[in-house]
Amino acid sequence: MESGKAVIRARPWAVACFLLPALVLLGALVIYPIGYSIQRSLFDASGDTFVGLDNFQEIFSNDSIRHALRNNLIWIVVAPTVATGLGLIFAVLTERIRWATAFKLVVFMPMAISMLAAGIIFRLVYEQDPDRGVANAMLTTVHDTFSGTSTWPDAQPRPDGPLTVQDDGSYLLEQPVTAGTPVLLPLVAVPQPELSDAEPAATAATDPGQVTGTVWMDFTRGGAGAEGVIDPEEKALSGITVEAVRDGEVVAAAKTGDDGTFSLPAEADGAQLRLASDSFTAPYNGAEWLGPDLITPAIIGAYVWMWSGFAMVLIAAGLASVPRETLEAARVDGANEWQVFRRITVPLLGPVLGVVLVTLMINVLKIFDLVYIIAPSSSQADANVLALQLYLSSFGTGADQGVGSAIAVLLLLLVVPVMIVNLRRLRRENKR
Amino acid sequence: MRGSGRDSRRRAFRAAAAVTVTAALTLTACGGDEDTGGQRSGEVTVELPDLSGQHLEVAAVWTGAEQENFLRVLDEFEARTGATTSYVPSGDNVSQFVGTKIAGGSPPDVVMVPQPGVLREFAENGWIAPVGDLVQEQLDRNYTQGWQDLGAADGVQYGVYVKAANKSLIWYSTAAFDYAGVQPPETWDDFVDTAWTLWESGTTPMSVGGADGWTLTDWFENIYLSESGGEMYDRLAAHEIPWTDQSVTDALTTLGQLFGEDRLMEGGADGALQTLFPDSVTQTFLDLDSPDAAMVFEADFVGANITDSTDAVIGEDAQVFPFPSVDGGPLPVVSAGDAAVAIAPDGEASEAQEALLAFLASSDAAEIWAEPGGFISPNKSMNMDAYPNDVQRGIAEALIEAGDDFRFDLSDQTPAAFGGTTGQGMWQGLQNFLRNPEDIQGAQEYLESQAADAYGD
Repeated sequence: MESGKAVIRARPWAVACFLLPALVLLGALVIYPIGYSIQRSLFDASGDTFVGLDNFQEIFSNDSIRHALRNNLIWIVVAPTVATGLGLIFAVLTERIRWATAFKLVVFMPMAISMLAAGIIFRLVYEQDPDRGVANAMLTTVHDTFSGTSTWPDAQPRPDGPLTVQDDGSYLLEQPVTAGTPVLLPLVAVPQPELSDAEPAATAATDPGQVTGTVWMDFTRGGAGAEGVIDPEEKALSGITVEAVRDGEVVAAAKTGDDGTFSLPAEADGAQLRLASDSFTAPYNGAEWLGPDLITPAIIGAYVWMWSGFAMVLIAAGLASVPRETLEAARVDGANEWQVFRRITVPLLGPVLGVVLVTLMINVLKIFDLVYIIAPSSSQADANVLALQLYLSSFGTGADQGVGSAIAVLLLLLVVPVMIVNLRRLRRENKR
Repeated sequence: MRGSGRDSRRRAFRAAAAVTVTAALTLTACGGDEDTGGQRSGEVTVELPDLSGQHLEVAAVWTGAEQENFLRVLDEFEARTGATTSYVPSGDNVSQFVGTKIAGGSPPDVVMVPQPGVLREFAENGWIAPVGDLVQEQLDRNYTQGWQDLGAADGVQYGVYVKAANKSLIWYSTAAFDYAGVQPPETWDDFVDTAWTLWESGTTPMSVGGADGWTLTDWFENIYLSESGGEMYDRLAAHEIPWTDQSVTDALTTLGQLFGEDRLMEGGADGALQTLFPDSVTQTFLDLDSPDAAMVFEADFVGANITDSTDAVIGEDAQVFPFPSVDGGPLPVVSAGDAAVAIAPDGEASEAQEALLAFLASSDAAEIWAEPGGFISPNKSMNMDAYPNDVQRGIAEALIEAGDDFRFDLSDQTPAAFGGTTGQGMWQGLQNFLRNPEDIQGAQEYLESQAADAYGD
């Protein structure tokens, strides 16, 4: 230290010479752009008129920018926490397993993929159609394992027909039925190819002691048939449960046969007929990942997939320097594994966890690529974040670089506190 | 520049040539598959100067098959004039591309501009040169006044619309129509009935690519044009009437008969909002036996998507009918297209640029271009036999027969911030409407506030 100060005093020009290249680079690439952005944020779209703080007022009054700000808050709270938490779990668990290195490699691998590529991958993962999107393929598989699929998911009554759709998805015939008169229960909208194996529908037998009827697809292929009549080529809908309901109670039930007919015992006389909903439940289509409600959590999921590996590697490095003796001592004192983890490992890892969290926070504030790529344009507004809004405001059509610069300044202001925390910590650690 | 005597001599020669060509084409009609090179030497409808040693750079948005087809036209130009040409894809934002190139001092010689608004902007900047006599002559012979005016700014002719798109088409799966036993409808009411019959027969009637806002603007434009007429359409495009006008309410109410019924759209409104335009085509034609949807609405370029990503054969599995007329109005014809302009920051087009524009405006070029398919020309005097199949020919004929009763895509005429930007303006306004079709008033108020911002009043 002493000699350094001597040099500065003796030859200031030499010091200046050595510092100059770094200062020029820093000035040209960092200081000047920041200064220019701040200046630009005080001018209007054309850059000619000074507008003071109007651009900042615009930021806080414009709905889409406010939405972006709110999303950024969600991001900065959720994404680093979840990524660090997962990283911690992975790091602690991999300490114990034999294939630790292989496991770490796999978890870390997404870091090697660019944000753009990861965005494209997850755009596909979150596709609505279970045949294309992995996320929904998993959801539907799990769902269908537990609840099974229905036989005629597409069958529906005509909007002006005798049957009406109930809230629970069943179809009700309002008119009470009488024994001895065959009932017609027409449904439509079953795709023609699904009917290729079905048998032709038959008119039910007339039996004074029974309530009989037919459930069928009331549409002749080619469109020749009449509504509400069993035309010769119309197909039967088999396996549908027909319930007779009186005062809300099911008094009798039967399934339709291969020719679409059913017969209920005499108790059904005077009751209402209802087609049970389990035959018509639309197939579960998975979650609407890319819709307005789930889009932000979905993109955060993609981010966590990428960055928990990063957190894991840093934490694992910190874990390696945790003194074994302390852990052993705790165990000898009778602490169980959970207590060791809670009371010893996590506190000792505190500084590392802090570094990881802060790094991820800074990283999350400037998140752009994933949001830009994953969100389809119809829900882009719901997924909006500041960095994306900055881009859209500055470079889209009808660009206003004044507002864009104002957003950039706002982002800078948001990063500064996190930076200060980081610098303080660094200084403290250097002193130690 | 050119002596008028020489001009009239040329005109006389060309008139004679035109007669000969008509005769020749009648004889050789349908022989269109032969290579173009020397075959057409006797069928010249445009006299081109000798341009040996000159080079022209042409820029357009086309890539892939569209680029290949256009290169055939350039090859013929090279063969006839001795000039050399090169082609540069410009990317989607033509105005940015040209602006950068001019700033850099090496602009392309001829550029294809898709929007009339951008063409006017170029003219105001003084980037493009007015057309000369040679081009004007081709324009007068082959183009209606309406198509000429689209390439003009402030009464000066700058460009030639060489490629057109007919945006008033509904493509349908013949299998689905067979299942339901329905015929292509001619009026909107028929169309809605047909949709319900298709639904009863078990096929979802419509596939709507609502994730791309521009498909929704085309829906609106067709309905508005047929229901309220061309005059109102022009006034709305110029924002002389507000978007809160009753005519807009009527159009949205009509559109709501479709958008308000989840059963009529594949995936319902929510599914439609996540469907990109190419997916809206593939889900209609991918599975030929049980299509996900029976009909999909969009321009003739749907044909390219069908050919590229499905096994459907246009004319057999995939057919097309014109957008139905609404409320007893005429059949709407909404079009789009690309105009060729000569870039000349010094205000004067070179002989080679003139020659290329004239050639592109000629029937010869249109016929060569039409042969491989995927191209519709606004050229009214070209031989329709040049189109490769009946579907393409039908689309082209519908466009030509409309004469000047067509309207250019409304959203392309508005400022880009209103008519062409994701997440705002007309795109977002109509997506909001699709998400919530009950709220017509809310949609109109949003559109009007966005329009007021974009037009700057």
